[in-house]
Amino acid sequence: MSKNDLFQPQQFRTPLSRARGLGASRHGVSHFITERVSGLALAPLSLWGVYSALKLIGADQHTVAAWLSQPLNAVLLVLLLASALAHLSNAVQVVIEDYVHRFTSKSALVIGNLFVCVLAGAVGIFSILKVALTVTGAH
Amino acid sequence: MTDTSRGLPERPMSPHLSVWRWHITMACSILHRGCVIGLWVGAVILAAWAAALAAGPEAYAGFLGVLGSPIGKLVLLGETFAVFFNVAYTIRQTFWDAGKGFQPRVADMTGAMAIAFAVVATIVTWVIAGANGAF
Repeated sequence: MSKNDLFQPQQFRTPLSRARGLGASRHGVSHFITERVSGLALAPLSLWGVYSALKLIGADQHTVAAWLSQPLNAVLLVLLLASALAHLSNAVQVVIEDYVHRFTSKSALVIGNLFVCVLAGAVGIFSILKVALTVTGAH
Repeated sequence: MTDTSRGLPERPMSPHLSVWRWHITMACSILHRGCVIGLWVGAVILAAWAAALAAGPEAYAGFLGVLGSPIGKLVLLGETFAVFFNVAYTIRQTFWDAGKGFQPRVADMTGAMAIAFAVVATIVTWVIAGANGAF
């Protein structure tokens, strides 16, 4: 390497800009594929969700708990919530990154998005399992 | 404006915002972004619904009272549309991922079909909901 090569600006810019989050961090493809695949899973699950919601309109807590104590319903509802949150946290992160450019507010929104989605997943799945595993034939 | 342009001289922007006209593929794209934000809220509502169900009969009845209020029903109507539009858009995007459907006429047609499907499916769902005693 000649002395001149050391002073090519791109040699200083590229790794540093990547480290600062200003360049591609090489996670774009996995983000994109995760979003597509979770979207594919979500499509049939969300149609099942609408069908189930129509069945449960106006039902009281005991009826809905009995419905959720059926293994198929509990498993599908966990899958629906998990795939929806995985898909939507990725999708909303892209929206944030597209429109919010200030580093501090962008980071805060991206982290907040992740925290809300993980919290909703934890609370939702725990609640589903609690109902599904504690209601035994209570009709 | 963006972080990446820091240090570069200001350049004039092309007047794309004033010469751009609305067309169906662009409307679909923006509508889909709106639906994604709506569904994000919907997923949180679904988690809250599960928590209310686990909390017992009174909490669940209270939660249904909120969902069944006029504003709650309006939110659920929007969520219904967002779910159906997202399903149609996912199918459309899957064809795009396979490299099909990019011809302008086809893209316009599938966009219009996605909106039409979402509108019709939302109306059908709420007619069934009404018949099941939602009102």
